Amino acid sequence: MKAVITVIGKDTVGILAKVTGICADANANVMDVTQTIMQDLFAMTMLIDISSLNENFGGFSELSDRLKAMGGDMNLQVHVMHEDIFNSMHKI
Amino acid sequence: MLNNTDILETIKMIQEENLDIRTITMGISLLDCISPDIEKTCARVYDKITRVAQNHVKTGKDIEKRYGIPIINKRLSVTPIAAILATACDPVRLALTLDQAAKETGVDFVGGYSALVQKGFSPGDLELIKSIPDALSVTERVCSSVNIGSTAAGINMDAVRLMGDIIIEAARKTADNSYFGAAKIVVFCNAVEDNPFMAGAFHGFGEPDAVINVGVSGPGVVRAAVAKMPDANIDQIAEQIKRTAFKITRMGQLVGSEASRALGVPFGTVDLSLAPTPAIGDSVAYILEEIGLEKCGAYGTTAALALLNDAVKKGGVMASSHVGGLSGAFIPVSEDAGMIAAVKAGALCLEKLEAMTAVCSVGLDMVAVPGDTSPEIISAIIADEAAIGMVNNKTTAVRVIPAIGMKEGEIIDFGGLFGSAPIMAINKFSPLKFINRGGRIPAPLQSLKN
Repeated sequence: MKAVITVIGKDTVGILAKVTGICADANANVMDVTQTIMQDLFAMTMLIDISSLNENFGGFSELSDRLKAMGGDMNLQVHVMHEDIFNSMHKI
Repeated sequence: MLNNTDILETIKMIQEENLDIRTITMGISLLDCISPDIEKTCARVYDKITRVAQNHVKTGKDIEKRYGIPIINKRLSVTPIAAILATACDPVRLALTLDQAAKETGVDFVGGYSALVQKGFSPGDLELIKSIPDALSVTERVCSSVNIGSTAAGINMDAVRLMGDIIIEAARKTADNSYFGAAKIVVFCNAVEDNPFMAGAFHGFGEPDAVINVGVSGPGVVRAAVAKMPDANIDQIAEQIKRTAFKITRMGQLVGSEASRALGVPFGTVDLSLAPTPAIGDSVAYILEEIGLEKCGAYGTTAALALLNDAVKKGGVMASSHVGGLSGAFIPVSEDAGMIAAVKAGALCLEKLEAMTAVCSVGLDMVAVPGDTSPEIISAIIADEAAIGMVNNKTTAVRVIPAIGMKEGEIIDFGGLFGSAPIMAINKFSPLKFINRGGRIPAPLQSLKN
């Protein structure tokens, strides 16, 4: 099972570090990252493996909440979505 | 492998274009709750609903979080209550029971305070219909519908006459609450058994014991897609709408099958609907304007809507394993910012809306009429709309709100998803004699179609 994290917002130091830090806490392996900076805008998509999340972490829901809270603190738009939504929408 | 453009497209649809799942509706059969004693029936109904639907809302919220897609409503539909009524009892007791069960399970609405009387009334049907104004004024979340006609049976004009009075009475009894009682009654011709949308949802007799039906939304997404093609011809527009409808419906299919799996309840259908909200941009009228009309209601509106409705279905059918419900673009006036603006500008009148209902789902919906409108005029509006459905073999419906004490041009504000309704002008010439004749309009021929 995989999920997609997207982060959009003003570029600052440490965005990737914070996102991957939370992923590491949850035991979500990072499988792919694409990141660009368009003018001042930071845009990142990350594919993570959520099939063996830490038992005591609180599951996918907690991971999503913590990433969004982090986004809120840093003024970034963060979305965490199960990959199935993209697969079903964009593939036949 | 997922591609970045696709990911960002999905997120944009949800964030900026108001894409959402409008409703997950669980249909529950109450046929095994029947008892000659109303107390017992109520207890069984409450137990069954709270047992079968106990995880419905939680499951909806879990899915919302997992996929990052908003699911606006979690609802229930039940067997038409007239069918489980013991004779000579007070049907309002069952309405109160449904309301309690809805509150206990946390759902937004429960539909099914309904009767199917296209060919005639049973004593239970009559008792239920007469109790509708009371039932809707003492409950919060109960919705009611009455099927008064069908292509196979014709139109029950006695029921049509009765519903004129019932709608006015329901509005009068809820006058202090924006006449909201009338907004919770739908009068149908050719009602469907698996409709997930309120206020007309009920759980049909051919359905399983419990079932999940999903209604998708997405006028904002379609409008944005059409807006990107200012110079395209109509073929290209239709193609683009199909592609967009496909994507929207896939989301509904995914959410429905996930909910069905998590709840252990069979997945029924996806309703291929374009359901607007009052949010700016999330409007069916604006799609029509984007296709090239100065205002919704201008000549050409019916044709543009027919194109839109057909393309939505063609795209959606491919995306879903089972399609059902009302399936089509909705045109509820109060819930659509573009429709409200068109009425205020004088571009959209009741007669044009009626013509539009001949080519889309579902009928005259959330239309406010002046408070002094007589019951026979409301009945005649219902009869006209039902005739369109009966002859064209499609579902049509009427949900009008007589704004007691208010005049044409004033605005009723419902708030939230129900929006606000400008009170529309009506033709005041009397249909009294026609309506008072009673009887039944015979079912139409199914051949010689012209």
